[in-house]
Amino acid sequence: MRIFLTLLAVVVVLVVAIAGFRGSLSRRTPIEVFPDMDRQLKLRPQTPNGFFANGRSSQMPVPGTIARSTPLQTAAGPVFPYEDAAVNTGRLPGKTNFVDLNPMTVDLRLLERGRERYTINCAPCHGALGDGNGITRKYGMAVIGNLHDKRMVQMPDGEIFNTLSYGKGLMQGYAGQIDVPDRWAVVAYVRALQLARLGTPEDVPASAQAALRK
Amino acid sequence: MSAIFPKWTNRLPLLMLAGLILIGTGVTAGVWYYFTPKYARVGYQPVQPVAFSHAIHVDQLGMDCRYCHSAVEKSWFSNLPASGTCMNCHSQVLKDDPRLALVRQSAATGKPIPWVQIHRTPDYVYFNHSVHVNRGISCVHCHGQINVMDEVYHAKPLSMAFCLECHRDPAAFIRPPDKVTDLTWQWSADPRQNAELQRANGQKFVHDWKVESLQHCSACHR
Repeated sequence: MRIFLTLLAVVVVLVVAIAGFRGSLSRRTPIEVFPDMDRQLKLRPQTPNGFFANGRSSQMPVPGTIARSTPLQTAAGPVFPYEDAAVNTGRLPGKTNFVDLNPMTVDLRLLERGRERYTINCAPCHGALGDGNGITRKYGMAVIGNLHDKRMVQMPDGEIFNTLSYGKGLMQGYAGQIDVPDRWAVVAYVRALQLARLGTPEDVPASAQAALRK
Repeated sequence: MSAIFPKWTNRLPLLMLAGLILIGTGVTAGVWYYFTPKYARVGYQPVQPVAFSHAIHVDQLGMDCRYCHSAVEKSWFSNLPASGTCMNCHSQVLKDDPRLALVRQSAATGKPIPWVQIHRTPDYVYFNHSVHVNRGISCVHCHGQINVMDEVYHAKPLSMAFCLECHRDPAAFIRPPDKVTDLTWQWSADPRQNAELQRANGQKFVHDWKVESLQHCSACHR
């Protein structure tokens, strides 16, 4: 019995010594205790896969094809993503001129969406105020556009949309990260930021002016 | 007879029983302790091909999760960013740093960076990121304090019991949707008040948003 107890204690100590405790950091791939159907022969996004020549599960769309999708609701009615329309290109249909005004219905909902997307995607460089003093400036980003520059304020909405989509100078395009309607929301919010700096106390509703002066 | 079975064999059945109980207890305890994602998955911290630090990007620079994981609100899958997304800044910041060589190379050639996936549910689990983050379930609930991790590790078990803990009582976890990516956010710094506010607001959200938090099998297994 003594031998047995000693053996048992040794086994327990050995198991704990080898296996360790719950939650300790480990470089080893997790063990799947019951691996039945855990890993199936199906594609998961962004994983290596030998089926395609480039070895990836996620493929780019075939050139010249478009995604079937639902139309965007613009101020002028529904527009499909493949149509040559200002909402898709930022330009007047059939021309290269930028569209002057945001084709979406600009309301509070759009502006709030724009603020959220601006804070996520633009504020790291352009700053929360749009003055180009984002956090990246401290880390060596040399040239960041100030959205309050006269040049920027005078830009048509379509040009801002175009810059957002395809980039300009050192800025890369954000078409992959921000959807078309969200890009227009950001354009609307950038306009609101610019207006905030150009405004005068007289623009504030009379009822709120007293609070402003305090 | 006594020559064949000495006297001590009288105790043998008792000793065997005691031994079996001890071994049984040990094996049961071992399986209970080790054969669970709480042991098998929690703490998994693989070496990544690029030493990307979430702590620097999120905690120090204050970037939002969705700058890189841009599809998390509209897809079941929370994407890794394209290397081009890294280059939005790193074309200028640390632009010649050897630690980023693989990122630059990937952005130039289109060859993916071989990141090691850490959080990976079994293939028969159909977890949808978008439906959770759009209904006030934060990244932190399933991924832990990623915002302060220099190297990401598997912080929560992501076992079925873990999912059900929340699905049985979503009001204990749900938060305002605009605070989902703020991993340090809480209702109040005072733990008791925080719990009270969580309870009251959680129940309100569950009611207002008609949160179903399904518990039947085919909610997650198809």
